[in-house]
Amino acid sequence: MEKILTKQEYVKYVEEKSPKSKLARNMTRAFVVGGLICVIGQLISNLLRTRGFSQEIVSNLTTMIMVFLGALFTGLNIYDELGRFAGAGSIVPITGFANSIVSPAMEFKSEGYVLGVGARMFVVAGPVLVYGISVSVVVGIIYYLLRF
Amino acid sequence: MLGNIQTYLSAFIVGGIICSIGQVLIDRTKLTSARILVAFVTLGVVLTALGIYQKIVDIGGAGATVPLTGFGYTLAKGAFRDVDQYGLLGAFTGGIKAAATGITAAIFFGYLASVAFRPKAKR
Repeated sequence: MEKILTKQEYVKYVEEKSPKSKLARNMTRAFVVGGLICVIGQLISNLLRTRGFSQEIVSNLTTMIMVFLGALFTGLNIYDELGRFAGAGSIVPITGFANSIVSPAMEFKSEGYVLGVGARMFVVAGPVLVYGISVSVVVGIIYYLLRF
Repeated sequence: MLGNIQTYLSAFIVGGIICSIGQVLIDRTKLTSARILVAFVTLGVVLTALGIYQKIVDIGGAGATVPLTGFGYTLAKGAFRDVDQYGLLGAFTGGIKAAATGITAAIFFGYLASVAFRPKAKR
């Protein structure tokens, strides 16, 4: 008789049977696509630097352009296609942050421009800002206390 | 003109490593992409506070600043800079001030793209 598996046993069973190389394959894809997105960022920075901008302006403009590209390619339905292939390689770069804003906002446009677009933009970006900013306040306070 | 080839190689390798760490987390821990992004930005702030992330930026350039850990790096660096300048108040002003371009660009371009484009029908 077939052994009845609990949910945990089943998950373990599937993991054992699924090809070991899957993680390696996904990691390679993430590495290559993520690496290439960073190379694009480096190209933009280097180009701006040759124009004689200061380091601060270069990094701000690079971020701005990368975010623009992420939003544009999400709008063109290219970025989500890339994401199916690249996994974390397209999620982790800042272009993925822009993608996380545009993708749900576009999808819920039918719910209106305030509670559809305006609110859904922050489904993922909201938590990122909440934790990023809050932790930066905490380390800022610790830094302040340690200085004296 | 386009800078040293070395800078691209470093960006590729460092950026690639950071993204594949994210992939391991997705595959091994079943974390959703939202949690990955939250984890990476938080990690970026903490590693910057510990003085580690600056070294990674020095090596990887855009390979370290383009991933979302780099957003955390910008937040923490800004907080420290403003604490130096304004004291405790700086902990509350510095982060967002330094990250203002990224946040505003994401909201503004994100809004424009969401309004201008239609989603493709789900397959």
